[in-house]
Amino acid sequence: MTLHLSRRAALASVTATAIAAPAFAQRAPIRLGGLATLEGPFATGGQDGFRCVQMELERINNTVGGRRIEFIRESSNAQADVALARARKLIEQDNVDMILGPLSGAEGIALRDYSRTLTGKTIVNGSSGAADTTLRNPSTNFFRFNTDGTQWMAGLGNHVFRTMGIQNVAIVAGDYAFPYAQVFGFNIEFCRAGGRTTHYWAPLGTTDFGSQIAQINRSDVGALVVVHGGTDGLAFMTQYAQAGGNKPLIAGSIMADQSMLSARGPHRRVMVGMISSGPIADVIDDQSWRDYVERYRRRWLTEGGFQSPSIHGVNYATNLTGILTALAAVDGDLSGNQAAFQRALAAARFKAPTGADVRLDHNRQAISDIFINKVEERDGRAQVVAFARANGINQTLNTPEATYLALGSPSRDNPGCVPAAT
Amino acid sequence: MDLAATIVLNGLTLAALYFLVASGFSLIFGLMRVVNMAHGSLYLIAGYIGYSVFEPLYDQDIWYAWYAGLGAGIAFAAISGAIMQKLLLGWMQGQELRQALVTIGVSIIVADQLLAFYGGNPRQFFAPDAIFGATQIPGLGGYPTFRLVQIGIAVAVGVGLWLLLNRTRLGMTIRAGVDDRDMLGACGVNVPLVGVAVFALGAGLAGLGGVIGATAQPLAQGADGRFLLISLVVVIVGGMGSIPGTAVGAVLIGLAEQIGQAIFPTYSVILTFVIMVSVLALRPQGLLGRA
Amino acid sequence: MHDRVLRWSLLGIALMLAAPWLLLEILPANQAGFWTGNILGRGIVFGIIALSLTFLATYGGFVSLAQMMIAGVAGYAVAVFVDGAVPRIVGGYGYGLAIPLGLLAASLMGLAVGAIAVRTRDIYLLMITLAVAMGVFRFIETNIAWFNGYEGIRNVVGPMVMGLDFRNPMVFYHVALGTAAALYFGVLYLVRTPFGLVLQGIRDNPRRVAALGFAVGPHRIAAFGVAGFIAGCGGVLATIYNIGISPGSIGLGATVNVLIMSVIGGLGHPIGAFIGSLLFTFFDTFAASIYDRDRFNTLIGGVFLAIVLLSPDGVIGIGGRLRKLLRRRDA
Repeated sequence: MTLHLSRRAALASVTATAIAAPAFAQRAPIRLGGLATLEGPFATGGQDGFRCVQMELERINNTVGGRRIEFIRESSNAQADVALARARKLIEQDNVDMILGPLSGAEGIALRDYSRTLTGKTIVNGSSGAADTTLRNPSTNFFRFNTDGTQWMAGLGNHVFRTMGIQNVAIVAGDYAFPYAQVFGFNIEFCRAGGRTTHYWAPLGTTDFGSQIAQINRSDVGALVVVHGGTDGLAFMTQYAQAGGNKPLIAGSIMADQSMLSARGPHRRVMVGMISSGPIADVIDDQSWRDYVERYRRRWLTEGGFQSPSIHGVNYATNLTGILTALAAVDGDLSGNQAAFQRALAAARFKAPTGADVRLDHNRQAISDIFINKVEERDGRAQVVAFARANGINQTLNTPEATYLALGSPSRDNPGCVPAAT
Repeated sequence: MDLAATIVLNGLTLAALYFLVASGFSLIFGLMRVVNMAHGSLYLIAGYIGYSVFEPLYDQDIWYAWYAGLGAGIAFAAISGAIMQKLLLGWMQGQELRQALVTIGVSIIVADQLLAFYGGNPRQFFAPDAIFGATQIPGLGGYPTFRLVQIGIAVAVGVGLWLLLNRTRLGMTIRAGVDDRDMLGACGVNVPLVGVAVFALGAGLAGLGGVIGATAQPLAQGADGRFLLISLVVVIVGGMGSIPGTAVGAVLIGLAEQIGQAIFPTYSVILTFVIMVSVLALRPQGLLGRA
Repeated sequence: MHDRVLRWSLLGIALMLAAPWLLLEILPANQAGFWTGNILGRGIVFGIIALSLTFLATYGGFVSLAQMMIAGVAGYAVAVFVDGAVPRIVGGYGYGLAIPLGLLAASLMGLAVGAIAVRTRDIYLLMITLAVAMGVFRFIETNIAWFNGYEGIRNVVGPMVMGLDFRNPMVFYHVALGTAAALYFGVLYLVRTPFGLVLQGIRDNPRRVAALGFAVGPHRIAAFGVAGFIAGCGGVLATIYNIGISPGSIGLGATVNVLIMSVIGGLGHPIGAFIGSLLFTFFDTFAASIYDRDRFNTLIGGVFLAIVLLSPDGVIGIGGRLRKLLRRRDA
């Protein structure tokens, strides 16, 4: 078969080479589309994502595998249909080869579904963290080099039960998918160890937690686990401080964040000493992270950046590193509907800016390290300091995949509290 | 039992904030027949401008930082409202729908520019020591002092507005302008100026709500839409353009929100909604509205 | 007057039918496809939702801000009932049944909004419809059991009709165009029926209509039902276009966007809805090139404000004014 080329096939292949050859010789730039939320309530995270992307592209002089990278920015407002419209524009109008994005959970699932309709294009996640994007119905050309919201809680439940010796906690959490995933990750360990939990859910956008706080302060729980984010989280913490709350605090991954710690107010007093876990910390005992933070501060502190990169910034940087690693491995070659490039993505192994090792599982989802952190006063400001690390956490928290999937999707009725098998 | 009392008290303090914001909306609507869809934007502007004044002073530990922020927020909102009436709305008096559309346009642009200037990070005022912390209430224990102050301010504003409208010359002029513009103009009163004054007053109340609100809850993008909707619902329930009605509406909605959150958090949103629809079905003009 | 409108409308539809091929002549293939599917196609879909608002405003005098929410109700109904949607809420129905259910739900929601707002008009109606719409939005956003809350319901891919796949942009475009044309002419026909005439009578003078023995309330509610059906058609198409639906699609921003489309196009004639939605989609897509992607809202807000201040009857009003000006010069 290979020797028996028909005349027409031979002609066709000659023509194809003739057309392709000059383009290859010029090495046309790789077109990389970036999608992050620059409008609406999550704009801060999106801005920091693009900061870290820009910083990395500047460092490599916009070149990888001998080809220039052209970065085309688009923004959404954290809503699935807007993200989809922008992704379509990037692919169809701007003709990008691949997209780096999006930022939030619902957008991630929408783009995962869209990626299924594409051939010869690749979508690499930006910072979205919904588990189902890769765990259930994954798409072959959607890659995610950052860990998800459930993975981020690895190690925390055991730490609270075993090391801190707390057996009874109140969990306050937002009533939507991201907090479900985080609560699920916490409960799997905590309840298996023998802990008991009481849940207080509040809809996204709740700004007055007075009644919940009144109930919590009257209960006899040993600690309070707060899985709110953004404005809701700030509101809860402030009102908790005002009501004189004094239970030990455990937090989800987006509570212990510079966006929260840099905001002023009474919440900062109660947040010192708070324990949390996640893919990053402000202070990690790792030289490459210290260098990265230093570079970030030099580049961005005068242009609106944070004291150290945010979780979204690091997620975008990690996913970009995945792309660049794969592009370097295939020498910038995207031919054959990007087949070789996508194989290289799936096989990529590298270190994230935090120093965590990153590789992908069979669903093209990251297996990486999680940090357990404590908020401390350092250099006159509150910082998130990593004091322990769980290595190589996969998407099913290192339990067998079939067992894990049988637990079902996280929800308020399925918060992951499975007692230890006897 | 004390838990129930705390929840009711929480509802009342929330109602106080809602009254502060909605009273300005109701005032402008009642007196000028303008639905100011930019009312939430004025709340947001006052919060951000107030915060810009507050932050550097607070950094230097100056005791009046919060009061200065409060003053700046109110003043800026009032001036913005006056400018809006003078430049955009005054000359289309009587075209109610068009005025509403203009204020929608303004609110879109203001929200976007605030995002451009202040970014998406939430901000929060730090109340002065005198009104921070907890106060002991017999039978309840410690209760956040600032929430009690909120009630005090709301009552003061309510009484103040009533006195202003019913007991002063300015109030008489304003009410006369509502009843018969032409006659008032013929009496030698500068009617457009009265309109600007009403707008400044209503916007200033939104500004007061903005700084008080941003001390009680974080201030962030999206608060404009939230407080516009709260104002709409409070005014629809209480009665369009009636200040006592606004107070009644605010108390109902504030209580519904807190009690709902304590008893059935997932469905607490519906409670507000059910109240609004039932009022509309039984008394379309609102509980205390004039038919 | 009527003949001219009809002539221009037919010309417009012919142009839209030819657009995919005309675009291929002037643009590279992938960009022509993008224009067809994602500028013209998306514009038409939102034009249908805007048409439901324009219909109410033009012939009834009701500026309802609930139309996007009603469209979303249709989209959610399809997503809840159809097979293959993720997560599965009820499921088990094919598109042949789910889409009619969606349209029914939207029509009922339209009637309900009409009933709630039946005794109000003008700005009162604007306020109440907005409050109702946001109440439903908050409920959907916070309800997990039925609407999967903040994340919404994904993977609503659309049916195969006679071997043609809805995911093919050309198929989708022509279905959307056909639906839009049918609804548009349907509205033009409806307003000339006795029902339409009563409706316009109510707009101009409800008391006189009541004195003539017509029941004002039921006519108003029925008009909202019709508008609900129109919005529902747009909502079903938008949900399939977006491969699913989430609360953001019916939030305050989306609600205001539909108002912007209708007002930019002009509230004087149903065609304004489509002119406005196409302009809006164009600005939305190319804001990054025109001004600044991050500041799209300032751009569109500015255009909206300028239209309201300078030409309250929208782009079609500008057209009319220019024509008058030219005619005067000719004379």
